[in-house]
Amino acid sequence: MTVLSSADSAPGASSGRLQASIRRGVLIDTIFGAALWAAGGLVLVILGTMIILLAYDGWPALRHFGMAFYTTATWNPVTERFGAMSMLYGTLVTSLIAVVIAVPVSFGIAFFLTEVCPQAFRRPIGVTIQLLAAVPSIIYGMWGALVVAPFIAAWLQQPLISGFGWIPLFGGPANQFSMFTAGLILALMILPFITAMFVETLESVPPMLAESAYGVGATTWEVFRNVRIPYGRTAMVGAGMLGLGRALGETMAVTFVIGNANRISASIFQPGSSIASVIANEFGEAEIGSLKLYSLLQLGFALFVISFIVLAVSRRLVRSRLD
Amino acid sequence: MATTNAGRLARRLAVDKTIKLVSTLLATIALVLLAMILWALFFNGVRALGPHVFLNDTFGRPNGLANAIVGSLIQVGFATVIALPVGVLAGTLLADLGKSSKLGETVRFVNDVLLSAPSILIGLFVYTLIVLPMGRFSGWAGVAALAIVMLPVIVRSTEDMLRLVPVQLREAAYALGASRWTVTRSVLWRAARAGILTGLLLAIARAAGETAPLLFTAFGNPQTSFDLNQPMATLPVQIFNLTLSADADSIALAWAGALIITVGVLALNITSRLLISLGQRK
Amino acid sequence: MNAMTSDSAALINKQRTESSIEGVRSRASIKNLDFFYGDNQALYDINLEVLDKRVTAMIGPSGCGKSTLLRILNRMFELYPGQRAKGQILLDGEDIIDAKTPAAATRAKVGMVFQKPTPFPMTIYDNIAFGVGLHEKLSKADLDQRVEWALRKAAIWEEAKDRLKTSALGLSGGQQQRLCIARTIAVKPEVILLDEPTSALDPISTSRIEELIDELKSEFTIMIVTHNMQQAARCSDVTAFFLLGKLMESGPTNDIFMSPKRQETIDYVTGRFG
Repeated sequence: MTVLSSADSAPGASSGRLQASIRRGVLIDTIFGAALWAAGGLVLVILGTMIILLAYDGWPALRHFGMAFYTTATWNPVTERFGAMSMLYGTLVTSLIAVVIAVPVSFGIAFFLTEVCPQAFRRPIGVTIQLLAAVPSIIYGMWGALVVAPFIAAWLQQPLISGFGWIPLFGGPANQFSMFTAGLILALMILPFITAMFVETLESVPPMLAESAYGVGATTWEVFRNVRIPYGRTAMVGAGMLGLGRALGETMAVTFVIGNANRISASIFQPGSSIASVIANEFGEAEIGSLKLYSLLQLGFALFVISFIVLAVSRRLVRSRLD
Repeated sequence: MATTNAGRLARRLAVDKTIKLVSTLLATIALVLLAMILWALFFNGVRALGPHVFLNDTFGRPNGLANAIVGSLIQVGFATVIALPVGVLAGTLLADLGKSSKLGETVRFVNDVLLSAPSILIGLFVYTLIVLPMGRFSGWAGVAALAIVMLPVIVRSTEDMLRLVPVQLREAAYALGASRWTVTRSVLWRAARAGILTGLLLAIARAAGETAPLLFTAFGNPQTSFDLNQPMATLPVQIFNLTLSADADSIALAWAGALIITVGVLALNITSRLLISLGQRK
Repeated sequence: MNAMTSDSAALINKQRTESSIEGVRSRASIKNLDFFYGDNQALYDINLEVLDKRVTAMIGPSGCGKSTLLRILNRMFELYPGQRAKGQILLDGEDIIDAKTPAAATRAKVGMVFQKPTPFPMTIYDNIAFGVGLHEKLSKADLDQRVEWALRKAAIWEEAKDRLKTSALGLSGGQQQRLCIARTIAVKPEVILLDEPTSALDPISTSRIEELIDELKSEFTIMIVTHNMQQAARCSDVTAFFLLGKLMESGPTNDIFMSPKRQETIDYVTGRFG
């Protein structure tokens, strides 16, 4: 009963204290709200300054060479003539090789994982693939350089050259370190990433949809092709684009194996260079204030613009489906 | 009529079977290839491991990775201290603003751009922002680069996890007369803490494995150093340099380093997965 | 099994306290209240006197604005940009939805219990102490006492007293909802708002909550939104019927159910639409 009586005496008695605690709450909320916006603002500021600094610091190169910076392939530190064409070419070729290999294979694995694989193995294999997506890219790079490159030269490039060598794209001789090797390593690197996103998308297809297709007598593949894929198509294209974005900007997996030759070769078995690999290799030797430094920063800006576009498109596709 | 139907069915089944076979084959090949990475890591890494790896610096006898391990720990640690509060606050802001806010959508988009921007660009950015004005590579520059790598991961996961907290829980806390700060700290963050921790672990794992943003920021240092104003070694950059130097001892040491870093990164990932599944069971 | 039969019996035989509303003073008055979700008006010129220490039930079809009204009283709508209220709600002569009154001050006087149980991810004890601690600084002993008092009031003390330090998430749905009521009571509000508090519960838990409402009205002014007309008839003293954002009719519960004045009310309480 004492408890009850304390309840009855309460209203009014504590109202002074109530006011104080509420005033303090209002003050704390003002500070807290400001902190939230400051943190959110910092995210904007980081990207903003990043764009501005890259554009600003790379500007001298563009001023000096004009648009020729992007249309010439010469990269000669001795004569101080710099053109980005060969790196743009190498970046695009290696990324395309990676996507052309990784997307169909990921697609196959995703089909296997969601439709064919015995239930008991699905989770372990799925988790393994997700873990492989987390392995740092430098590991892929060094594995590629030390283990895969010699193997590729002998067992993949040589047969391709003897079979299709008359096509310039597959012209000889075989090189351990080439755009092809880089593309292949990149493919392996983005493979787990793309597969994981494919599987996630496919699993989000409402089971009823698939079941009703099975109900009219469709085979597994027919259900997959006619129901699951159309349902997840935009997100899957987005996933492929995200993979492309990763490949375009990847540094470590490429630098070891691309051969680092600043020239354009028709054959993918020849060494080349990508924007990221050139920056990684040459930035350390560029003198402060030199035209080379500005050119490398301009390259960085170009890489930013390219990946920004790819990202913006893929994000649109992926998010529009998942929201 | 009946025969064509039967023929059609046979063909459809054959197609189905072939595709299943091909997909199984692809999956097997890919998994074998990927397993080969782990095998190469394990095989070469374990062979090169020894106490000297953890005790000696780059030019010790025999050479070790102590300077790189210490450097990575210090820089990832400081980056965490910076990125965690900022990331959690920004993620909380995004969750609070919801999908309808234009400004929130902008911050979310920018965060996604940062999340997938090529990490070498973060290196260039920090170089022009910190290294040039300071006049030298430094541990602080490395910390800044890693913090920028971690930040978007934490923002994204914090927002996602806070969104999973039922709206009614949030409302119930406000209904008692709690301030926004109290609701956020005592209810929202608490309800989402396993998820936020998961995001943090993934961010740490990512930062620990990054090489490109550190090449021109922290640079490297052959000796163990605790001075963040000086260049500082990190495990990934050291692995990069060792692999490039191409003598057998260096490459063996690079494998050891690669094994250490992969085990660390995978351990963080597995822990975060366990956290999630524990959280779901509850 | 035994417990269940006796509970079911209680559900049927329970004699609710018949409270006269003759001469009872009004505790809160809602005056000329309009409400907008962005450009859409959801409530039109609501005027309602809420009687002191009585239960006011708000009924009406989905989307009629009854829950919206509840969320205005507790200023829940302020969490969402674009939602705004016009008009006055006077409690003890003070406009509790005036922007100058801090929302937290209103919420300390007007507590709210939600449709689904909302235990916070903390211990049972901390769930109760959380709300109390927001507004008052109590000694450990006083806080213990307050927690016990609230849990007793909400009729969950017996089930909870041996597990105060365990997570509230381990309670059953009905227990969780009574815990949420206890949490609201512990702050010692003047008005308690219940937004379909039993819609997520089984019949036995529902009858417990209804008994509880009956007991609580000796100390608190209660407003309840419900879809269940039997529930409104069983536990309220005054009923207000809403349709399309307008208050159609309000009055003693018996009158509303037995002799409603408006055709829409007749149609609704006889189940012709809903």
